[in-house]
Amino acid sequence: MMTAPIPTRRDEAWRYSDIQALTRLWPLPAPESIIVPAGGDYRRAIVQNAGDIRQIELVLGKGATASLHVLNIGGAYGRIELAVTLHEGADFHLGAAQIGGGEQNLEIVTTVTHAEPGATSRQVVRSVLGGTATGTYLGKVAVARDAQQTDSEQDVKAMLLGRSATANAKPELEIYADDVKCAHGCAIGELDATALYYLQSRGLPPGEAKKLMLQAFVAGVFDGAEDEEQLQALALAKLGELV
Amino acid sequence: MLEISNLHATVADKPILKGLSLAINAGEIHAIMGPNGAGKSTLSYVLGGRPGYEVTEGSATFDGQDLLDMEPHERAAAGLFLGFQYPVEIPGVSNVQFLRESLNAQRKARGEEPLSGGDFLKLAREKAGLLKLDMDMLKRPVNVGFSGGEKKRNEMVQMGILDPKLAILDETDSGLDIDALRVVGDGINSIMRRPDKAVLLITHYQRLLDYVQPDFVHVLAAGRIVKSGGPELARELEAHGYAEIAA
Repeated sequence: MMTAPIPTRRDEAWRYSDIQALTRLWPLPAPESIIVPAGGDYRRAIVQNAGDIRQIELVLGKGATASLHVLNIGGAYGRIELAVTLHEGADFHLGAAQIGGGEQNLEIVTTVTHAEPGATSRQVVRSVLGGTATGTYLGKVAVARDAQQTDSEQDVKAMLLGRSATANAKPELEIYADDVKCAHGCAIGELDATALYYLQSRGLPPGEAKKLMLQAFVAGVFDGAEDEEQLQALALAKLGELV
Repeated sequence: MLEISNLHATVADKPILKGLSLAINAGEIHAIMGPNGAGKSTLSYVLGGRPGYEVTEGSATFDGQDLLDMEPHERAAAGLFLGFQYPVEIPGVSNVQFLRESLNAQRKARGEEPLSGGDFLKLAREKAGLLKLDMDMLKRPVNVGFSGGEKKRNEMVQMGILDPKLAILDETDSGLDIDALRVVGDGINSIMRRPDKAVLLITHYQRLLDYVQPDFVHVLAAGRIVKSGGPELARELEAHGYAEIAA
């Protein structure tokens, strides 16, 4: 059996990746495949904290729903790749946070294909990056020719804690139907200095003030997760390491 | 309590304060009035330690400590409270959580035990009641969606909870209607009019001083205090304007 060649940075999907780290992990195991039958409901939380590449293929049957919550925080290089196919009237939700410091390189790469009419997808992704860390979101939404009444949204924000951290964000739309709603928003910024000063003026030391603001920045993505408290606690602990 | 001497400060290299001196003792309420651009807000931010406000000369001591050498959170723990002219909206951060963490950070810095969740809520409810601010607003994100008056009342609730020794209130009266002005004025009196506390009110207008009677009134113009007097000075200013007095 032939193994596929290791991707290079010329491959769009691996453009910001840590190819050296990838070489050590290559060849990757086959992606995890999940099929949610018509009318089914699937919920899952994924915590990447050891420097893994996770590839998941998710197929939602007619009217099925899935809600994924992702926390990408660990290892020198961590990547979570989701390939989602939505059949008629299916609903997919992703709430993801990636938090990195030092020289970490963290990536969330999604392809959501609206294969049939009337499906909805909503992705909310928040990145917090300190040190010389790099955080990347590549998100493609593909709408097939007859997938009318598609409703998709990508809401992507990154917060840089220093001038040497990097955030990449690329929402991408490929639409072949003509009656669709595809929203995407993307913002990269830094903590608001006035708000930080306001918090400090009430007695919070600078690190605590930053942590409180960052906690608020990522908190919303875990709304509705079954293990919301655990995800919040892990995220908070990681944020505490960065400030 | 607060001793400011020959204070010079710049903002973006532009001199704003040019030799300001002022002493405030425990039990006193001082008002600083002055025209736009005189340096009133700069004074409050310099005393509060806001980044970007640079002291180039002079000194400020608070209870004998060098105030200018302290970080903003250390000034708070030492007992200084700054009421903002424009309170900041912070989406996602709940008022209650922020205030409890702030209070406990101050207590920790002073070597005191943290306040439990229950005790804190009791305190917060009492102060919110005093300022007639709905407790539900305290559970919402800091100042987000608050009206101008609600923001200012929230500042006073914060002051009540944090219980400072010295409050510097920067145009706390701006944006308040007559009823809210009375509530805020009563709040300041009830929280701060104590023998061991002091207040520095920064304002454009006489009207707040009808509710919070100052012991001393100072006129700030072009970065210096050009005139000081008793409460009658505020009425004089209201009648004749700054131009005549400051000239």
